[in-house]
Amino acid sequence: MSIQNIMAGTEIAARRRAGVMAVLVAVVIVLLLISLGVGPVRLSPIDVIDGLIGGGSDVQQVIVREIRLPRAILAFAIGGMLGLSGAALQGLLRNPLASPSLFGAPQSAAFGAVLVIALGLADVRSWALPVAAIVAAFGSVFALLAIAGRNAGLLILILAGLALSSLAGAATALVMNLSSNPFVVLEIAFWLLGSLEDRSFQHVVLALPFIVAGAILLLGQRNAFRALSLGEEAAQSLGVDVSRLRLMVISGVALGVGGAVAVSGTIGFIGLVAPHLIRPLIGHDPTRLLVPSALAGSALLLAADIAVRLIPSTSDIKVGVLTSIIGVPFFLYLIMRERRALGGGVA
Amino acid sequence: MTEHAIIAAEGLNVTLAGRLVLSDISLALSTGHLVALVGPNGAGKTTLLRALAGLVTSEGQVHVRGEALSSLSLGERARRFAYLPQGHLVHWPLPARDIVALGRYPHGATDPARLSAKDADAVLRAMQAADVVQFIDRRVTELSGGERSRVALARVLAVEAPVILADEPTSSLDPRHQLDVMQTLRAAADKGALVIVVTHDLALAARFSDTILVLSEGRLVAQGRPQEALSEQVLGEVFRVSAYRAEYQREMVIMPWAEM
Repeated sequence: MSIQNIMAGTEIAARRRAGVMAVLVAVVIVLLLISLGVGPVRLSPIDVIDGLIGGGSDVQQVIVREIRLPRAILAFAIGGMLGLSGAALQGLLRNPLASPSLFGAPQSAAFGAVLVIALGLADVRSWALPVAAIVAAFGSVFALLAIAGRNAGLLILILAGLALSSLAGAATALVMNLSSNPFVVLEIAFWLLGSLEDRSFQHVVLALPFIVAGAILLLGQRNAFRALSLGEEAAQSLGVDVSRLRLMVISGVALGVGGAVAVSGTIGFIGLVAPHLIRPLIGHDPTRLLVPSALAGSALLLAADIAVRLIPSTSDIKVGVLTSIIGVPFFLYLIMRERRALGGGVA
Repeated sequence: MTEHAIIAAEGLNVTLAGRLVLSDISLALSTGHLVALVGPNGAGKTTLLRALAGLVTSEGQVHVRGEALSSLSLGERARRFAYLPQGHLVHWPLPARDIVALGRYPHGATDPARLSAKDADAVLRAMQAADVVQFIDRRVTELSGGERSRVALARVLAVEAPVILADEPTSSLDPRHQLDVMQTLRAAADKGALVIVVTHDLALAARFSDTILVLSEGRLVAQGRPQEALSEQVLGEVFRVSAYRAEYQREMVIMPWAEM
């Protein structure tokens, strides 16, 4: 056996990963173009590209660049961040059922944003909104990991996550309950449903810096996730600062999810689903899952946001509702698959 | 002995959750030795292993080749100590190569698909020493317990650290694999590493080690060559057993026989 032979398997796997990445990028680009073309005025992909680069009619340009482009960018960035957060949390906790929404992060972020609006501290386009959402998301993920403790099993994590998202939901309901202003109640309903309709570049500017910062933080830790496959103690013995890693992941998830929720409301289950779609294609290496999971998240949210525009209905279906309708049965399927581990109470 | 020792501990105390788990441990261990760490359940064996690697905070002095453990960064510690925790747990179904390649993580090789020639060489050597080359592209979760423990061992050998700390590497293995693992660790010691093995198997400890450390209730109560450290008196006081002793092929055989 020579060195060439021991590395042979990695080349096959690397080619496979490159192929999967190429397909994912292509799917995301196609979905972006479709997303720019779908709406009350349907545009062909050629018209869309025309509008993007400044050709076609003025109306065409306004529709593509000012109405649909922010929405498509947000779907891409938020979906990507949710997919990345899901993969990072699953890697950190070595647990395929980890995800921001199961841990109450988006729900808590929504509460943070709702509180700011209800107290009249800010209007919907101020920086106070993402900041409040980020602080609340950080608090909830931090609390979850503190409650669950080190090496927590599936059961503890999910119970703690359930408790925290219920708490965030109850707190949001309380704000709604106490609010005498019907407009505030309407705003709050919007946070609970989650949507990308009627977003402008102001929303993009509000969310994107936080999403990018969160993504940089998470991707900066990428190699540690693989070492963590051996457990926290072994990872520490290999030179991974596990306490620092936890803090970085919590911060990255909070920044990204908080920034996203501040402009879109709660959009659940993308983070749970995306890594599961990628694992059968490229394997279980938590480091290699990060970027493909982000792309899968982008594709999922873009597709969901296209679907809500295509599904005929009397009133608009919110994209957050759609992702939950699809995501929850998927979660149930995962529970069935993992039920032996769940029954034992250990991961 | 202290001057040649690669690890020297002086007055080591460890308190976990308000309980004194290790008290006043002093020892000096040299390279090229296999040291067995034995003691009843709860004696603090695992904690001592962790304290020597700097994985738990301790009071007192630990020196590695004359350098204070506390002055070493996490990365520097990782290159000096290869640590094999109990259970050989792997959370994701990764191929054996990727697991073994994690042994090169402390040397900066973070991507198992892009190993330098030196790192790939170390991985190959470790896989050969632990006899797991044939599993290279197999997922570790598909391997048997014995096979998985050898992959875990290869990961530790791939660090090529001067000190190897193995926590119950033979537990839950069949007799053949127990011998296999001990022989691999013995070979690593013969090549110049200091190998410290926590074990409950006194027979394996006596047969393969140069030195035995006996821990009881957080204290080091005996240390020395197997015959001395596992004397009738120590076995009686610490383990509360009597043992059958014999010699076979010029090696000492010891087998716990009756409760006392």
